Amino acid sequence: MEILQLALFGLVLGGIISLGAIGVSLLFGILRFAHFAHGDLMTVGAYAALALVAVGWPLWAAFPVAVLAGILVALAVDALIYRRLRRTAPVILLISSVGVALILRSLIQIIWGADTQVYDQALQFPLRFWGLRLKLNQLYILLGSVGLVMLVHVFLQYTKLGKAMRAMADNPDLAKLSGINTERVILYTWCLGAGLAVAAGIFLGVDTRLQPTMGWHLLLPVFAATILGGIGKPYGAIVGGMVVGLASELSTVVLPPAYKTAVAFAIMVVMLIVKPSGLFGGGKR
Amino acid sequence: MSLLTVREIHGGYGGEDILKGVSMTVDAGEMVVIVGPNGAGKSTAMKAVFGLARLRAGEVVFDSQKITNFRPDRVVHLGVSYVPQENNVFPSLTVHENLEMGAFILSGDLSARFERIYELFPPLKEKRRQPAGALSGGQRQMVAMGRALMLDPKLLLLDEPTAGLSPRFVELIFDRIREINAQGVSILMVEQNARAALQLAHRGYVLVVGRNRVEDTGAALLANREVAEMFLGG
Repeated sequence: MEILQLALFGLVLGGIISLGAIGVSLLFGILRFAHFAHGDLMTVGAYAALALVAVGWPLWAAFPVAVLAGILVALAVDALIYRRLRRTAPVILLISSVGVALILRSLIQIIWGADTQVYDQALQFPLRFWGLRLKLNQLYILLGSVGLVMLVHVFLQYTKLGKAMRAMADNPDLAKLSGINTERVILYTWCLGAGLAVAAGIFLGVDTRLQPTMGWHLLLPVFAATILGGIGKPYGAIVGGMVVGLASELSTVVLPPAYKTAVAFAIMVVMLIVKPSGLFGGGKR
Repeated sequence: MSLLTVREIHGGYGGEDILKGVSMTVDAGEMVVIVGPNGAGKSTAMKAVFGLARLRAGEVVFDSQKITNFRPDRVVHLGVSYVPQENNVFPSLTVHENLEMGAFILSGDLSARFERIYELFPPLKEKRRQPAGALSGGQRQMVAMGRALMLDPKLLLLDEPTAGLSPRFVELIFDRIREINAQGVSILMVEQNARAALQLAHRGYVLVVGRNRVEDTGAALLANREVAEMFLGG
């Protein structure tokens, strides 16, 4: 029963990681660089929601506004910084995104302080069913993640823009040759990636607490999930996120809980050595 | 008036010039092949038409419009499609989605266009729901050509369409190229399989180190001693 309980917590964590990893994976596929500021984009979203909650908004109402705020921040960063560097080497973009990550985190710390904060002070008693425990909040997170992942699926499979996103992640040069407006696709990829990152940030804040470093700390599991699923493959990222979430929680059976992040790191390293193209990678293009 | 006129183009990819004065024309409905030894600049000459190489001098005119150094996305809109030699499909997208991406700039009902491609390449119809990356080399080439044809282009540029294919598929692809041309699409292609391509084409250009060397009908080039000795293998 303990294993099932941990698996349930693993799914909650996995959902949050997946939401972040879809964005990182798509952005890598399309812009060819690992977006190190993605975790701090999550933090921005979580705190944007906190700002509204603090003035009396219910969290469900603050959610879409925070998503919008996160998207605007991402688009502004892209327009001010990344766009100018797009024609340079990818490593320069990568390093600039580390800089962006530091800027975002410091801004949050200046505005909201370094202390831990919560959306809701009230203590929640867990629901009990079949001998398992789950807080109502965690149930919302789980349902929210599944719902968003399904929306992303419909978008990627059935809309012209979604298909163009997958096409560009597959083969950016061929996308250009086909007349696909790549700048527009990049723009919408930022919207999608940032929106999902904000959702992940809010969910993380709901599940635990808000801290300026919360997103940065989640970045490693998110990258591990992205690599596990095969970089540039949004569907792989979803599976990768679930695997990393489950593995992290289940590892506490044999390891001290402090090693959860190390488990994600270990998965990433093993994957890079054994099969860098990801779980489903054919590798060949 | 030719559909495509390339006049004395010089250029390459930023370094030393690969093209050192290439001229060619393609008439409406014509199939023209560029042959020549390795490093002659055949592919570069074709890429220059599509805006994938930088030209320092000379000009490219398509359909009475000067398109020298136009970006590929502009050239596409004028009715030119290009099939690269490698990486010419979206591997994780299905066959059908690959074709759909070929028609990205169009809107409205595309079913007639899909039908036309599936008639041209019947194996693709069966595999329409499979990812293009899972297909054999020959079928991938069909997807690549199908994607390019979705726009119903006036001119189709093919870069080594039979490279790396098994003999059975080489024959099949050449047969399809003839059919596409018969349907009225002008074709400019680069081909290593020079003998077969020259038999198929109306005219051919022989390039050597970035310059025109010989220009003649396909049949005449096949009979040309100098051309045969140079690279047709005697």
